[in-house]
Amino acid sequence: MRLAAFDEMLPEISGLRKPYSAYDRWLKEQDPARLTEKMQDAERVFRKTGITFAVYGEQEASERLIPFDIVPRIISGNEWRRLTQGIEQRVQALNAFLDDIYHRQEILRAGRVPKELIAKNEAFLPEMIGVRPPAGVYTHIIGVDIVRISENEFYVLEDNARTPSGVSYMLENRETMMQLFPELFQQIKVRPVENYPQLLRQSLAAVRPQSTKGAPTIAVLTPGSFNSAYFEHAFLADQMGVQLVEGQDLRVVDGHVAMRTTEGYKQIDVLYRRVDDSFLDPLTFRPDSALGVPGIMDVYRAGNITIANAPGTGIADDKAIYSYMPEIVEFYTGRKAILGNIPTWRCSEPDSLKYVLEHIDDLVVKEVHGSGGYGMLVGPAATKKECEDFSKKLAAKPSNYIAQPTLALSTCPILTDKGLAPRHVDLRPYVLVSDRIQIVPGGLTRVALKEGSLVVNSSQGGGTKDTWVLDD
Amino acid sequence: MLLGRTANGLYWMNRYIERAENMARLVDAGLRMALTRTQNASEEWNSVLLSAGSDAAFTQKYSDYTAANVADFLLRDTSNPSSTMASIETARNNARMVRTALTRETWESINEAWMSLKRMLAKPIDERDLPSVLDAIKRETALIRGSFYGTMLRNEIFDFSQLGTYVERADNTARILDVKYYVLLPSISWVGSTLDNYQWESILRSVSAHRSYRWVYEADYKPSNIADYLILNVRMPRSLTFCYRFLTEHLRFLGDDYGERHACHVTAGKTQAMLTAGSIKDIFDAGLHEFLANFIRDNTRLGDEIAQDYRFY
Repeated sequence: MRLAAFDEMLPEISGLRKPYSAYDRWLKEQDPARLTEKMQDAERVFRKTGITFAVYGEQEASERLIPFDIVPRIISGNEWRRLTQGIEQRVQALNAFLDDIYHRQEILRAGRVPKELIAKNEAFLPEMIGVRPPAGVYTHIIGVDIVRISENEFYVLEDNARTPSGVSYMLENRETMMQLFPELFQQIKVRPVENYPQLLRQSLAAVRPQSTKGAPTIAVLTPGSFNSAYFEHAFLADQMGVQLVEGQDLRVVDGHVAMRTTEGYKQIDVLYRRVDDSFLDPLTFRPDSALGVPGIMDVYRAGNITIANAPGTGIADDKAIYSYMPEIVEFYTGRKAILGNIPTWRCSEPDSLKYVLEHIDDLVVKEVHGSGGYGMLVGPAATKKECEDFSKKLAAKPSNYIAQPTLALSTCPILTDKGLAPRHVDLRPYVLVSDRIQIVPGGLTRVALKEGSLVVNSSQGGGTKDTWVLDD
Repeated sequence: MLLGRTANGLYWMNRYIERAENMARLVDAGLRMALTRTQNASEEWNSVLLSAGSDAAFTQKYSDYTAANVADFLLRDTSNPSSTMASIETARNNARMVRTALTRETWESINEAWMSLKRMLAKPIDERDLPSVLDAIKRETALIRGSFYGTMLRNEIFDFSQLGTYVERADNTARILDVKYYVLLPSISWVGSTLDNYQWESILRSVSAHRSYRWVYEADYKPSNIADYLILNVRMPRSLTFCYRFLTEHLRFLGDDYGERHACHVTAGKTQAMLTAGSIKDIFDAGLHEFLANFIRDNTRLGDEIAQDYRFY
């Protein structure tokens, strides 16, 4: 099944869209052979610098590149302003929701979100009840996945409020494009993204514990060099000029978290952790975790360290909660959500389950707690047998699934052997929350490289593009 | 400020880069000996393996000391943790771990060395290609060294890296000498047979000093001069004295930076003093083998003390 999709560069009816006109002029002047050459240059640059990504389950290729496409995804200044208003509103609501859920739970009392959805949810951490993080911020770094359906229709696909990844690709993609096509950036005014690491550092410093004296010591916590996103952890620590630490470097000393340096233990005030909640503290969560710091939760509860993002933020981006986001946004901001949700069937509800089972070959069915494109079914792309098998799993544990219509995600052209060809894309802008909300103009555009495919996840064969926000 | 784990990673990254290169040097010297002294080839390969500290592991796997077997084991066999390929792989894993402490140039040169050697050593080496493979290994490690010296800030990161390089290098030179110490012993009876000349040249070759030696000692191979050159010469970049000059210097920088001296400072200082005060005659009088065995032991202890004093673990 092919869906007629809105192409961001060349819609069939209206012709070339304005944000792409200057780029298109430039592109038409280029020798196709030179472009192919540039494409190969890009791959060499990525491999040389070691920007790799480990794909679970593929042992022989433990380090793979995420394919990069040299045609940028271009967003006009106006489109971006609209998007940022919607994102800001959403991020405010997410933080307000988290504060409420771990304190008075007004939204549950008001009956806008069902109680059992929280109480029985693994992403809800009872250990966080009554804990107010430094500066009152729960989710500091958010990557909101946005899809586009038409000229004016944008939807939020997912709120990644735990530990969104991919920001290093946003930065490296831009760096690579500027190396490959310097002349392009002279002709077209693109808003810069390269100050993201400084903004991140300032943002983390701004949410330091109240008791911190002087400039706070910040560190990035990684599970280690065998983690699939290790490159990004190292990259961000390096760009921010802070230490990259592992659990084995840390311990609790005199009521503070401290790292083992060549001169002894040194206190850490803000920890940007890229380790999941359940591994964070073996004394509180998974006892077998060697990736975390025994006792860090006690330090946290005492207000002596900032953990970004806060433990327990997963309750806000859980796929089961997602379907309530329009209510959540309205409840806390008092306004209708600027950015819409994709209609979602909660399979835990009998009527919805019935509908989903009857229409499974038209729908996208996702695991509530899954991520990275694992454990999902894209009905229109699946075989009859795959749909039947999935239906059985779904019927056995309905509350584990949600379903959404198969949307005709917008396309943007990629460069192939046979010239430009449209492929489906999404967009993940990165948001920083401290005493203010900052959104870097751009983000990560993920593109499904297979013709007709709607799955953009890098673990499932997706690629990336540089994302331009025009200074117009 | 530096994490103990990062200091550890830098130290071992550089030990393994040094080791990767030393393996190529040893095979190179063995190859030369085997080509010129065919009847003694297996004995020569045996001493190459002894110098590499890999003889026991080798004989578990092979029964014949042939060029192909030894080259395979020392250069590309990843089950041998000291082989060039295994060393480069370990060096790169360490570099990945300490990525934030390295300049982009340094990381890229290590990553590229790993990629190109992995490609080159994917299949068994054809004996005809061995010289070009050895050249390529030396070139890759030279590129790493070049980007490292050319771009790294001279701070604690640099110091810990250099400690790794020189502890490994001193160990390597001492082992090469110890395996062949008997051919360097003075004897009243001989005037240096052809075989001895080859042996001496081979020792020099395995530390890439066969040409520079001729400039310094006017092309006259004398065992005491060779020993003097490799142990006491302060200008020869692979001599024990040279290594300790830099080891004590980098330890001194660390001591000054941190305002604290440790056991490792004492150990390195003692060895350095012993090397500066001694003459080659004293060393021969006390026994060359005993001298080298003590040196290797103290050098190993220095490595352990550095790890402990700077909280590597």
